[in-house]
Amino acid sequence: MAQIFAPSTNTLSKVSIVAGALIAGTGAFALTTANRWPWISNVEVAVEQGIPFSHKHHVAGLGIDCRFCHTAVEESAVAGIPPVKTCMGCHSVVWKDAPMLEPLRESYRTDVPLQWTRVHDLPDFAYFNHSIHLKKGIGCESCHGRVDTMPLMWKVNSLNMEWCLACHRNPQDFVRPREQVTTMGWDPMHPEASGSSLPPMSQAELGPKLVQEYKIQSQTHCSTCHR
Amino acid sequence: MSHEAPESTRRMWRSLAEYNGAERFQERLLRQHPQQTQKVFDAPERRDFLKLMGASLALAGVSSSCTKQPSEKLVPWAKNPEQLLPGKALFFATSMPWAGGSIGLLVESHMGRPTKCEGNADHPASLGATDVWSQAAVLGLYDPDRSQTLLYRGRAATWSSFLDGMKQALTNQAGKQGAGLRVLTQAVVSPTLEAQLKELLAKYPQAAWHQWQPHNRDNARAGALLAFGQDVAALPRFDKADVVVSLEADFLASAPGNVRAMREFAGRRKLRGGLSDNLNRLYVLEGRPSCTGAAADHRLTLRPSEIEAAARALAARLGVDGGNPGPAGAPYARWVEAAAKDLAAHKGRALVVVGESQPPAVHALAQLVNEKLDSIGKCVEYLPPAELSGTDNAQSLRTLVQEMKEGKVEILVLVSGNPVYDAPADLDFAGALAKVPLRAHLSLYRDETSELVDWHVNEAHFLESWSDARGADGTLGIVQPLIAPLYAGKSAHELLAVLLDKPGVSAYDTLRESAQKLLGEAEFERKWRRAVHDGLIPGTASAPVSVSGRKPELKTTPALVGLEIVFRTDPLVHDGRFANNGWLLEQPRPMTMLTWDNAIQLSVATAEKHGIETGDVLEIAFEGRKLTGPAFVTPGHADESLTLTLGFGRRKAGKTGNGVGYDAYALRTSGALGQGSGATLRKTGETYELATTQEHDAMDTNLPENRREEMSPVRVATVDRFRENPHLVEKHEHEDTTLYPARLEGEYAWGMVIDLNACTACGACVTACSAENNVAVVGKSEILRGREMHWLRIDRYFQGDPKNPKIYTQPIPCMQCENAPCESVCPVAATTHSPEGLNDMVYNRCIGTRYCANNCPYKVRRFNFFLYSDYDSESLKLARNPDVTVRSRGVMEKCTYCVQRINRARLSAKKEDRRIRDGEIRTACQAVCPAEAIAFGDIRDPQSAVSKLKAEPHNYALLEELNTRPRTTYLARVTNPNRELES
Repeated sequence: MAQIFAPSTNTLSKVSIVAGALIAGTGAFALTTANRWPWISNVEVAVEQGIPFSHKHHVAGLGIDCRFCHTAVEESAVAGIPPVKTCMGCHSVVWKDAPMLEPLRESYRTDVPLQWTRVHDLPDFAYFNHSIHLKKGIGCESCHGRVDTMPLMWKVNSLNMEWCLACHRNPQDFVRPREQVTTMGWDPMHPEASGSSLPPMSQAELGPKLVQEYKIQSQTHCSTCHR
Repeated sequence: MSHEAPESTRRMWRSLAEYNGAERFQERLLRQHPQQTQKVFDAPERRDFLKLMGASLALAGVSSSCTKQPSEKLVPWAKNPEQLLPGKALFFATSMPWAGGSIGLLVESHMGRPTKCEGNADHPASLGATDVWSQAAVLGLYDPDRSQTLLYRGRAATWSSFLDGMKQALTNQAGKQGAGLRVLTQAVVSPTLEAQLKELLAKYPQAAWHQWQPHNRDNARAGALLAFGQDVAALPRFDKADVVVSLEADFLASAPGNVRAMREFAGRRKLRGGLSDNLNRLYVLEGRPSCTGAAADHRLTLRPSEIEAAARALAARLGVDGGNPGPAGAPYARWVEAAAKDLAAHKGRALVVVGESQPPAVHALAQLVNEKLDSIGKCVEYLPPAELSGTDNAQSLRTLVQEMKEGKVEILVLVSGNPVYDAPADLDFAGALAKVPLRAHLSLYRDETSELVDWHVNEAHFLESWSDARGADGTLGIVQPLIAPLYAGKSAHELLAVLLDKPGVSAYDTLRESAQKLLGEAEFERKWRRAVHDGLIPGTASAPVSVSGRKPELKTTPALVGLEIVFRTDPLVHDGRFANNGWLLEQPRPMTMLTWDNAIQLSVATAEKHGIETGDVLEIAFEGRKLTGPAFVTPGHADESLTLTLGFGRRKAGKTGNGVGYDAYALRTSGALGQGSGATLRKTGETYELATTQEHDAMDTNLPENRREEMSPVRVATVDRFRENPHLVEKHEHEDTTLYPARLEGEYAWGMVIDLNACTACGACVTACSAENNVAVVGKSEILRGREMHWLRIDRYFQGDPKNPKIYTQPIPCMQCENAPCESVCPVAATTHSPEGLNDMVYNRCIGTRYCANNCPYKVRRFNFFLYSDYDSESLKLARNPDVTVRSRGVMEKCTYCVQRINRARLSAKKEDRRIRDGEIRTACQAVCPAEAIAFGDIRDPQSAVSKLKAEPHNYALLEELNTRPRTTYLARVTNPNRELES
């Protein structure tokens, strides 16, 4: 009687067991990590805008403080996107005829608002508040990254819940002196670089001190953000 | 003290079905959602089922891990308005105009859109309290069915074409001094509008101004004229009255004119520090259960037409002219005798109040009794009515209709109102209207009247317009727009300006001009800005009018023949003007718990006599007209009497309200605006399903039968028992052992106390909760399945004989249990405990197993079986509270103690580096409560208001024996019966 299985079947079956496990594993890995891939989370994807506004130019080049334009950030849940009127405060004097800024001038003339594409967009069931984070010494940079290096804006963090919780569980790793919240490139080891008179120390040293001073609570229960 | 059993141990019941032990009720008790197993769709084939399962698994995989967020736009202003900070709500003062007394409001505005009305605490006539209608006003404003265009004979037209049309017509009138011009308004509470109308009459001396409102104060006015010879309105001061007799006056029901009365009355029912000296006593005579009847210490069911005889007997016992002791065997004789004695014993601190629908004689007698009791100026004041240029509405409309039929009316301008729907049936208003050559109608909706006019002008909502409005005490409130008219609607002032040939004058200018007369020239700008900011002009309350009684000439009301028919407005849709408001249609009526329908109410005995059960369709004939409607057998209803509720059966209310219920106006004649006799009824043999929630969410079903009564949700005792021992509820000491980890201890511990002695079940809290928390409307078919979404419900219990039962009510929000049964059964931790004691509900984690609802002994959890929230109507998106998630299909939801308000207060406290102050957080239900029956705060702070209430001896927890340790507790109801009537 002839053999039912050829000798190669042995190899084939072994390979298929390994390959099956690999495929299943890769699939499971893909499913669970998909939300963290940039093409889903948009992390480090520069977003095109109608007017190519450069934070790099305005922040690093001109040294304008974040709060000059994002005026609501210390008071309200949202930071506030500046009205055209704010832009025109300067741009009616500088670059006042630049073709690139024509949409801006048109909006100012016609009172029709500009439309910007959102870069940082939390889901609607998460209620984030900017003002309290600033009050507790969390810098703009901690979430938005080195804005002073971005010609066009992109996200540096996924804004996923696991990322939020990483800080909510360990605020001491991220807190900085209140007066440095809008500083880009704050380094507790080199405070003098940011014009601070604090003695240099490590974050491990500074963090717990500030947590105590600012009465920062590690808020991780659901209704902190969801309601 | 007699040896009666404590009242709390007497069995309470929810419905006649429960009282009679009907099988249907027993079946319902077993499940929260009794028909949840019933198939909603046809049974799928096995193969379809497998396909569906496969598809949903695949979709679940895709949607849970690979959702890419859609790109969104940010649209900042081109030029930003001053003071407006994105993300922060602003509050503006305004007033809700209302006949009988307007209400002062502070309206929350998010980025220019009003989302929630709160009370204006500076308004002396409303004291910061609000009612269901002001809570529902936001939905009315954004109602997608509102009229959005001006119409000429049914076709869209422009404002300028209207101006041209009116100008031409008015030019013709100028020659005849306006002999053919008539204006019909509702009751007017705006002095500016009154001035405009008077100016019109001065310009056209032969023109006339008529008034019609289906719910009016004709009887009160006539009564005051009989008693005092002048038109005055009684303003009771319940805070100063020890004994109150109500002759069908429902002053504890939700209405703008009532909120101050409710606050003052509740102030006399609250027992604090174990003392009861404060407690007043309330006697109520009425034909069907009302909020006031439920709050009464003694309630007697009497046909509304019999109340006059009782009033005469009461007057006779107190020695008032016009009284008549009546027959000794009258059903009210003993009751009236006891009440009269009680009144006489409290001279200067006793008060009689009368319902609007009672005939003038009863009003006159009550005012004379008040005078006899020496109460005038002490606990009742007589003021000029809030309504200006008051007139006999019925007479005014009758004259107008007569003239219309005679062809004397050439131009009829209808300023709001819907007389084609709500005018007395015998007048045939629609027929008369057809004889008028030019008809113009200002209204919010394209309603029954708009259909039959030449010009329909779409009206601006009160949240879109400038005006002024008098409160019950005469205080002049400013009506300030919160938003520009959504559909370019016009206010009554703008319409009148057209008639006065001043079309360019805005309502704002007209109002400013009339305010100038009150505020004076000096520093006007500053005072005016202050008045707009505060929402009222200070010092405008009316001074009491001095009155002296005279011997009234009272007509005797003819005796009752056959069945009595009674017409009463609905507690929520009122006279029909709110008939398209989904919140109000869906909210259970305080006493019947009916939703989405009106019914013909009749007593148990009358129903038995005619073999009628709830749901039987009856045909009622009255004065040659007929209607059909479903019967609702009502405990505590008067025998041989049928109560019909007005405000339903609208043909042209809008998508939500069309065809809901039957139209009781079809039988209401000008001779029987309140009640009439000689009705007949016939069973049609059909039945109709009524969606009443009275049997839903029964809480005591899992309790052992032998302990059910002592564990009753509502605890009641008489004041005598309270004085003996204020600890009304036996405190069970539990050994606090648990397998669960220790409760988290946060910085605060939130808790709530609801005072059952103050609550009148008016329902303002339920509407407020819907408005604050974006609670969806589900519709009648879902209510029938027990799927109502209200986060806060008000249970109603009867006790005793169904003919004349005692009535108790109890608001039930989430108890926020410390040992929460819901949390331990959730397989995905979608409901968890916050360190401050809230049972957090996380919608985006919920997978809809409904285990939590199943395990909740209080039955406060609500499940989105379908997508109930309206995601499509653009205007409704503006109405939502941006601080609360709009829930989607398949998730559980429930009361959160308004966690958005807690978080808002917490953030501002943290930013100011302080603790949250006591009273800083007011939940939506607490903030609107006219009776201030709800307290909320930090129970760990012994000085907080809520802690002090929890320390009261009559504080108790619901189903305490289950050891759920609820954070919401109740203060027991303590009644103050007259011993003479108790024995």
